[in-house]
Order: sequence, then C-alpha cells, then structure tokens
Amino acid sequence: MSLRPTSLWIGPVGVLVALIALWWATSHAGWVSRVFLPTPEATFASLHEGLLGGELAAFTQATVLRMLEGWLLASIAGIALGALIGISPAARAWLQPTLEFVRPLPASALLPLAISVFGLSPAMVLFVVAFGAMWPVLLATVHGFANVEPRLLEVARCLQLGRAAFVWKVGLPNALPDILAGMRLSLTVSLIVAVVGEMIASQAGLGQAILLAARAFRASELFAGIVLLGVIGFSSNALLGFVDRRLLKWQTP
Amino acid sequence: MTSFLARLRPFCFPLAALLLFEFYARRAAAGSDAIAPPSAALLAFGRAALDGSLLQATWFTLASAALGLAIGGVLGVLLGIALGLSKRAARWSNLAVEVLRPVPSVALIPLAMLVFGFGLRMEFSVVAFASFWPMLVLTQAAVAQVEPRLLEVSHVLGLSATQRCFKIVLPAIVPRLFVALRLGVAVALVVAVTVEIAANPNGMGYAMMIAQQSLDPALMLAWLGWIGVVGYVINAAALALQRRVARRMGTLP
Repeated sequence: MSLRPTSLWIGPVGVLVALIALWWATSHAGWVSRVFLPTPEATFASLHEGLLGGELAAFTQATVLRMLEGWLLASIAGIALGALIGISPAARAWLQPTLEFVRPLPASALLPLAISVFGLSPAMVLFVVAFGAMWPVLLATVHGFANVEPRLLEVARCLQLGRAAFVWKVGLPNALPDILAGMRLSLTVSLIVAVVGEMIASQAGLGQAILLAARAFRASELFAGIVLLGVIGFSSNALLGFVDRRLLKWQTP
Repeated sequence: MTSFLARLRPFCFPLAALLLFEFYARRAAAGSDAIAPPSAALLAFGRAALDGSLLQATWFTLASAALGLAIGGVLGVLLGIALGLSKRAARWSNLAVEVLRPVPSVALIPLAMLVFGFGLRMEFSVVAFASFWPMLVLTQAAVAQVEPRLLEVSHVLGLSATQRCFKIVLPAIVPRLFVALRLGVAVALVVAVTVEIAANPNGMGYAMMIAQQSLDPALMLAWLGWIGVVGYVINAAALALQRRVARRMGTLP
C-alpha cells in the first residue's frame, strides 16, 4: 500500500536529482568554467542571501507585479475587444485579417516604438506587456465567439435575448475554454515581455538584475535570477492549470 | 464583382488606420522625434533596402532563427520520440521537463551573452532553447498517438528499435511533426528578434533599436513594418507547408 505512491514519485524526482548532480559534477570537475557555470551550492547561497537580505526579493516582487498587472490589463482588454469583434460576423470579416497579420509580430518589437512615444518609464513597460499579452486573449476570444454552436444562436433568437444578454449568457461561457487557453499563453508572454522591458528600459526587476549580474561576471547571482524566473513561470503555470480545471468542471460531464 | 470587393475587404481597415496615422503625424506631430508618417517610413525603408542594410540584418535574423530552430528542433524531436516510445521514460522525466520548461527563454539572454559574447552563437543558442520545448512536447504527443496496432505489427515482424523508429514511428508522425515545425518557426522568429532587441547588436531587432536611439522614427517604423511583413510571410509559408504535407500524407488538414 505504501509502496505504490513511493514508486510513483521516486523516478521523476530521481531524474531531477540526477540532473542537479550532473550540474554539480560539471561545475566541480571544471568541465565548464566557473565563470559561466557556478556550482549549485554557490547559486543556492546567492539565492538565499539575495532573498533574505539582498534586493532579490524586491526585484522578484517587482517583476511578478509587472507581469500580473500587464496580464490582467491584457485579459480585460482582450476579452472585451474580442467579444466586440467576435459577436459580429461583419466586424470579423473586416478586422480578422489585420489581427492575423499582427499576431506573429514579436511583442518586444513594440518596445522601441513605446520608448520613443512614452519614454523610459514603468508605465511604458506595463503598456508593452499588456499590449503584447493582449493578442492571445483577443484572438482566442474572437475564435470562441465565432464558433458558438448554431443551435444556441437559434435558441437565443427564440428567447429574444438582447446583445448584452447573449454575450453574457451564451457567448462568454461558450468561449471560456478558448479564453482560458489564451490567458494561459498570455501569462507566459507577459513574463517574457516584462523581463525584456526591464532589461532595456532599466526598470528595477529580475530582468535588469540578471543582465547586470552577467555584465559583472557574477554567475551565481545570474543563476539565482534565472532560477527565480523559472519558479515564477512554473508556479504561475501550475496555478492557472488549477484554476482552469476548476472553472471548466461544468463542461466535462 | 462582389468577390472582387470581398478580396479588398481585408485591406480596408489597415489602409484606413495608416491614412489616419499619416494625417495625424503630418498635422499634430510634425517634426516629432517619436513618430513619423507612414510615407516617410516607406521612404526610409527604400533607403535601407538600397544601401544593403535591410538585406544584411534580415539575413542575420533569419539565419540565427533557422540555425537555432534546427538545433532545438532536432534535439526536441529525438528526445520526444524517446519519451513517446517509452512510458516509463516519459513518466520519469515529466517532472524535470515541467520544471525546466517554464524558464522564460529571455532569462537565458544574459547567460548566453556571458558564455558566447555577442554574435550569432548567443542568438541561436537562446532560440534553440526556446524552440526545443514545443518541439519536444508536440513530438512526444505525436508519438504517443501513433496507432497501437502499427507498433504491434512491428513487434510481430521482430523489428529492432532503430527499424521500428525509422519504418513505423517516423513516417506515422510526419504530419504532426510539421505542425510542431510551424509552431517552432513562430517561436524561433519571435525569440530571435527579442534577443536582438534586448542585447545582441545584430539583425532586424537591433536595427530597430538603433533607429529609435538615433531619433529616426521613420526608419524605426520602417523596421517595425518590415519585421511584421517578414514574420507574416514566414508564418504563412510554414502553414502552407504544413497543409501541403498533411494533404500528401492523407490526414486531417
């Protein structure tokens, strides 16, 4: 009875531990210069020191806040605009090609434009984060609204639902899986754009911290920053996956 | 006649937006260091095309994106096949993949800068890391969905592991591999431009940054538009390739 769960997690954890051991061996044996690859202990020490007494905790908080604020703005704007465009076939026909054209544009490519318009400010970075992260939500919402079951449209017509009621009662619940998938992607985008924005606009945060650490050849601090960014990405993903399953429970019978 | 009008419809909104922007930039923001009218951007684009900087920067970005995608893609496909074929390997490595995958690729820009300095190598290593994960996950899913009877046939025929891989699995996953490739192309391009904007002094992203810093908004907008066009064309080409392969292999589009 107690053997079964152990055998379930011992393998996955073993692989992870083996990878860390490989890192340890590589750095200790000097196969890769310590300038580039600090030991796991040094990384952990930098992490510990930075989180307890140093600036790392504040940087992490700044980056997480930037990411979340941008993501929330992006989600609100994306869902609202997506619902507006998605509900009307005419708007879809006129606008969707343009949206598809803008979709592959890297969000970070807007940074230079935003810098020249808004200057180097936290608001500028937030704007680019929100703008870049809006596209996945927007396109997913349009897609969700465009694919409403035709019979539901007929039902709505029979019940004489108004536009707002239709959006609220039929459109949004129907598009919810698409919207959540889009929001998931957009959270990843907002973390990436937040980090790039911090790097080039010198805003306090992990992006700036790891860039400065690399320039000063402080590899252990660089790795500590990378580890923290990984933790942010991992935990936000896991959290959203949990919310996904909660919100979509009604869909699976 | 109507079909001709329908063909024009996608261009109406962007043209109207450009005209409005042209009008605004000429009237309200004349002589601005931040924005320029689209007509000036077009002239700047022509100059960049004539003096060769356009071709050179585009080539650099596309070459490093392609190289990174090739490395990350091949590694991802190989590991994906291995994990797809062995249930145990998949279960064991699951945790390590889930921990490493959410590390934002941009977090590796400072590390790549430290290890490789500026240039082609730092850019394609970051692109390779970024495109490795989607290729790995999609290949693994594709192999896991190979018709079980095909694998049984290979057992009955007594094929060796290599033979099974090349004669059964690889042909069966080709259409899905091209779906993964399309996604990988999109990721590679975005990451390549992002690396150039954040750090690497080469390619289209850097050209755009430098145009902004030298207060040449026309040239900056020209690059922004060009990055959009290049991204659109390459993504469209990847999609066409994927559909063509799917049709040839006789599977879902």
